[in-house]
Amino acid sequence: MLLGDIAHVRTGDKGDISQISVIVYDSVDYDILRERVTVGRVLAHFKNLEVRVAHRYEMNEIGALNFVLEGALKGGVTRALALDAHGKTLGAQLLDMDIGAQERV
Amino acid sequence: MIATNSIRIGAGAGFAGDRIEPAIELVEQGNLDFLVFECLAERTIALAQAAMLAEPDKGYDPLLLERMRRVAPLAQQRGVRIITNAGAANPLGAAQAVAKLAREQGLAPLRIAAVLGDDVLSLVQDSNYPLVDRDGTCRDLPNTLSANAYLGAGPIAQALSQGADIVITGRVGDPALFIGPMLHAFGWSLDDADMIGRATVIGHLLECAGQLCGGYFADEGRKSVPDLARLGFPLAEIAADGTALLTKVSGSGGRISLATCKEQLLYEILDPKAYYQADVIADFSTVRFEERGVDHVAVSGGSGREPSGLLKVSIGYDDGFIGEGQIAYAGPGAVARARIATDVVRERLAIIGAPVCDVTAEIIGVDAIDRTGTGGTPREVRARVVGRAATRAAAEQIGAEVEALYTNGPFGGGGVTRSVRKIVAVASTLIPAKLAQPRIILVEA
Repeated sequence: MLLGDIAHVRTGDKGDISQISVIVYDSVDYDILRERVTVGRVLAHFKNLEVRVAHRYEMNEIGALNFVLEGALKGGVTRALALDAHGKTLGAQLLDMDIGAQERV
Repeated sequence: MIATNSIRIGAGAGFAGDRIEPAIELVEQGNLDFLVFECLAERTIALAQAAMLAEPDKGYDPLLLERMRRVAPLAQQRGVRIITNAGAANPLGAAQAVAKLAREQGLAPLRIAAVLGDDVLSLVQDSNYPLVDRDGTCRDLPNTLSANAYLGAGPIAQALSQGADIVITGRVGDPALFIGPMLHAFGWSLDDADMIGRATVIGHLLECAGQLCGGYFADEGRKSVPDLARLGFPLAEIAADGTALLTKVSGSGGRISLATCKEQLLYEILDPKAYYQADVIADFSTVRFEERGVDHVAVSGGSGREPSGLLKVSIGYDDGFIGEGQIAYAGPGAVARARIATDVVRERLAIIGAPVCDVTAEIIGVDAIDRTGTGGTPREVRARVVGRAATRAAAEQIGAEVEALYTNGPFGGGGVTRSVRKIVAVASTLIPAKLAQPRIILVEA
């Protein structure tokens, strides 16, 4: 099962921080999301992304996780040399992250 | 204060270049009380400040007058009051220009308020305030161009209570543009942190305009959005208890759903329990959405704590130039030839001793934006080389070396583009809130 099968994502930026929300379509999948989509898994998926420090916040009421990746934008939108200086395209790259078999826990 | 049970606020723009038709649609069919144009990106004020050096009566959003020309007459007919941060570096100049336009359009009498006081350059320049998210203090920044504090909603509410039909600010927190009219209409106290927290939720949901209505949302499969080319902008019917119904004009494109609302709630939020604004530290963790029908979502919950006493300040500074060149390759071996190309450009820049730094090379189609390291072997790519320089002439050398690949590089390159951009970068600091002194100037049309 891929992350995109159970969740949608949105990416934002604030200075040198990339922020990616991961939101389940159906609340029954929130426990799977919470157990399997850890900071470690996300950073491992972004093999070529340098991150200074990463946080994960849980939004139980709406069934979402909020990933905050500090230092991910090489100085932020106003000075980064990157083609996508905002890092807007990062979140979509999580959608094909393998999150294991489909059984619900 | 106008004692009332509910108000309707529309979001007429989510960024400086946003479309104007959706705002017209909102004014004509949204039965609005207030319309907000959010028009300031992080570095807009710094760029506007630079524009003002050349022309002192400029320095506000260049699209402001066109927006007002098309929207203000309709808004006046329907009694819709407008709030915008399009004043950028010169809210008073903006108010005077809008007043002049209003007179030309026969809209007089019309009262326009300029909210000043966000410009804190003299306080911050060469100061020892530490920078946020990076080492050093304000005095370490070269060539500071602007410093603007994110003001709160108080001055906007005050301007409305003074009878302003149009309120034009410089830098304020984006949610404050919406909280201002709520404060004014409901008479809430800024000391009521929970209420201001809920107002912040509503403002935050609206501030990116089209994004709440399915803009920046569509994807194949489960995320379809109808009639995206006619995307409507959102409005909120807000009750005096700080709950709201989010919707858009019937018949407009787009979709407001639980999913679009949830994405927007977390957009550019770090810790959802601590969203720092001038008037409050808002907690979004208890926000609830409930679908009340197609394109109708009710929002409730959210809370707040008293503000930190510090204001965020965005500082614009001159960061030199970025030079860039790109060249395309296709067919078998395209990626390998693109790698040869970038290696040659790097080596050439070293050989000629170009005074450039942070030179970065990447292959668009393989690794320019993908960060998972799983890029394949596409049949067409663009090689991209980019770097920094202190002068325009030095920055030009990067694109020049890419262009030279036409006759001196690997086989089959085409479609060269090159550019040099002057960079106004933005850093942030925090200052004691009491140091920023907002004030209001009324301009009569």
